[in-house]
Amino acid sequence: MKKLLIALLTVVPMLALAAGSSVHLDKANNDLTDKESLKRGFEAYLNYCLGCHQLQYQRYNRTFADLGIDEKEGVANWMPTGEKPGDHITNTMPAKEAAKWFGTTPPDLTLEARFRSPDYIYTYLHSFYQDDSRPFGVNNKVFKDVGMPHVLQDLQGLKTIDEHGNLSPATGGTMTAEEYDAFVRDIVNFLEYVGEPNKLEREALGYWVLGFLVILFIFSYLLKKEYWRDVH
Amino acid sequence: MSNAPVNNGRRRFLTAATSVVGGVGVVGVAVPFIGSWNPSARAKAAGAPVEIQVGKMQPGQLVRAEWRGKPVYVIRRTEETLQALPKHDDQLRDPQSVEPQQPEYATNEHRSIKPEYMVALGVCTHLGCAPTYHKGTFEEQVEGVKDGFFCPCHGSKFDMAGRVFQGVPAPLNLVVPEHSYPNEDTILVGVGPGEA
Amino acid sequence: MNNFFAWIEKRLPLMDAMNKHAAQYPAPKNFNFWYVFGILASVVLVNQILTGIWLTMNYEPSGDGAFASIEYIMRDVDYGWLLRYMHSTGASAFFIVVYLHMFRGMMYGSYQKPRELLWIFGMFIFLVLMAEAFMGYLLPWGNMSYWGAQVIISLFGAIPVIGDDLTIWIKGDYVISGATLNRFFALHVIALPLVLVVLVFLHILALHEVGSNNPDGTDIKKPKGSVPPEEQSKFKYHKQYSEKYDIVDAVPFHPYYTVKDLVAVVVFLFFFCWVMFFAPEGGGYFIEAPNFEPANGLKTPEHIVPVWYFGPFFTILRVVPDKLFGMITMFAAIGMLFALPWFDRGTVKSIRYRSKAHLLNLTQFAISFIVLGILGTMPATDLANMIGRIASLGYFGFFILLWFYSKNEQTKPVPERVTG
Repeated sequence: MKKLLIALLTVVPMLALAAGSSVHLDKANNDLTDKESLKRGFEAYLNYCLGCHQLQYQRYNRTFADLGIDEKEGVANWMPTGEKPGDHITNTMPAKEAAKWFGTTPPDLTLEARFRSPDYIYTYLHSFYQDDSRPFGVNNKVFKDVGMPHVLQDLQGLKTIDEHGNLSPATGGTMTAEEYDAFVRDIVNFLEYVGEPNKLEREALGYWVLGFLVILFIFSYLLKKEYWRDVH
Repeated sequence: MSNAPVNNGRRRFLTAATSVVGGVGVVGVAVPFIGSWNPSARAKAAGAPVEIQVGKMQPGQLVRAEWRGKPVYVIRRTEETLQALPKHDDQLRDPQSVEPQQPEYATNEHRSIKPEYMVALGVCTHLGCAPTYHKGTFEEQVEGVKDGFFCPCHGSKFDMAGRVFQGVPAPLNLVVPEHSYPNEDTILVGVGPGEA
Repeated sequence: MNNFFAWIEKRLPLMDAMNKHAAQYPAPKNFNFWYVFGILASVVLVNQILTGIWLTMNYEPSGDGAFASIEYIMRDVDYGWLLRYMHSTGASAFFIVVYLHMFRGMMYGSYQKPRELLWIFGMFIFLVLMAEAFMGYLLPWGNMSYWGAQVIISLFGAIPVIGDDLTIWIKGDYVISGATLNRFFALHVIALPLVLVVLVFLHILALHEVGSNNPDGTDIKKPKGSVPPEEQSKFKYHKQYSEKYDIVDAVPFHPYYTVKDLVAVVVFLFFFCWVMFFAPEGGGYFIEAPNFEPANGLKTPEHIVPVWYFGPFFTILRVVPDKLFGMITMFAAIGMLFALPWFDRGTVKSIRYRSKAHLLNLTQFAISFIVLGILGTMPATDLANMIGRIASLGYFGFFILLWFYSKNEQTKPVPERVTG
């Protein structure tokens, strides 16, 4: 057994080498338990993202309940008129037209945080830079030749890229760098929540289940000990 | 079943204790399996309360809506109709609405919140057909009663408060669903007054 | 009440069967840690069947609806997320315990005479399990589901003459489509589970016929009359065993192993629930990130790799430069396991009493297998392929070497009775 472990320990690093490296991502450091952040993220999402990116598996009323928004207030202030609180968070952009405008249909983002990771979205929203060869005048360092304009450009300003591929600090935005970090972190937080709305519930239940199993272990272990006293 | 040569209190206690704790575990595991049979968020969204605009209804008019897959009838009753309601009490099975076919707040002689508006499920209490509204032609069915509901399936008859007549197959009055008035001209079916 | 049970018993001897297979079944008393994985596999099987049945209640087997119905289960159905994670975590857990169960058999020679048929049934279970897992993996209709199935189905295209027609026949379409999904669904939820349950039943019957092996590889059933009464096991066993043999070093399966296995099950459930509640994606190996994107025939994930449990066999396939030969090699790898009872020409079962050479051989086999598995989840670089070829050699080499040295192996004397 020991030999096996030692042998494995020598082989695994070699395998890691064989795999090669991937893009560096900044840590989002978002906090799912921070409901105010989630609400700000929700609001930012509705204002800046929903026009193109639906959350077609997530319902408004579920979001209200989880974020601590009163349903009446939610219907009045957080929803398009004419939709019911049980409706999914969708937009009315025609998919075919959208494909013409952007080269591809803007993807649904319900599961984006699980598909890409929160850190990816956080880094992505920080990685737009000026590139006049692109249709919208911007490109992205983590998603090369992305078909999307820099929707948050008014807030962040614009970065430029030098010949080594390094980005300059953004200039011309209405937010300071810190404000923009926090703003993006809220969006990321909201998207992580939407990716798995019951994540906190899952973990909370997990502690109870593990605790129960510890108790069951104690009893079953003592029972086993008791019976096996017969066996010599 | 055990054929162990020794048997003592400790062994019995531990067996019982482990069984009890294990039993709690089995019950716990059953929770998600049983719980998942409840109406899902989709079913709840589809069964959400339904708003009916009544501001433009004419006296005597019936408006149909659908709530949880059932027809909901809203009738704007005339003063004359309301006056006539108590006059045929002796021909009804349950004139005082004793049977719990309506919420507490609609247990009155007109079986509604506002006397003017009757809200009932258009589902015959016999076998679930939809009774038809006989406006002004109900005397063919019950002498001396001008308006009412007649179920085409087995001939059950109801008056303008959804109360069932005697001598027909339907045993109970029509069901009055939970409803409320969020504002003067709107009826919200599925939520009682003061709820949610 | 007693009359009622007697009436039943006369017509269908259930109590007798219970005694024969549990309360009076002689199990060697020296089972160690490695002997819990069979029970754990049955626990996982029950979990998969129950959660599977419950998932079908809300799952929609169609190309248009499958992906959305998974999210429906995850969000809209009460506890749907829990049932789904129990099933997805269970799939990986199944392979973990089955691989360990198989390795136990290899360590202690549980496949050797007279347990060859038991081993063969076990191998069939493994084979059906792989088919079951493969088809189940398509059902979420994520992009990795789609492309994983694409890669594996296209393997059959390597078969000369009929290959292309065969892949189209399997898919029921020119691409993987709703038609493929529906037939995989039918096989996954009805056909294969039935086969699996029957095979498990046969596996256990075959086990109880020949009796359990143990870490010493000794026989706990001695010829009748060869053991003095005071040395025989003091417990009562079913007459099918006790009339034919003198039984030593044994305990009745129930209650001794039921209480012991209960502890093992609880410990297993602790780790299982840990993963399920706190890391249900299993670090991206149990539920792969590209599967959070719907199936898209026009967009290939960056690295198409099968789920981790297919890794070892997938690597063997991949490191062979020729497609057809690669497929033959991969199936041969499974075939070798089937034939293990005949590759091993030795008579000493347990690794404890076999030669140093066998210990080394089995160790290198285990390492090769794990390395193949890790490589299977990684992109194929030149270096990875080279390591993969060495590990494949180690995999096949195990069986070849075993055949040679096992005939005249330098073994230690096997004790008459179990140790410890």
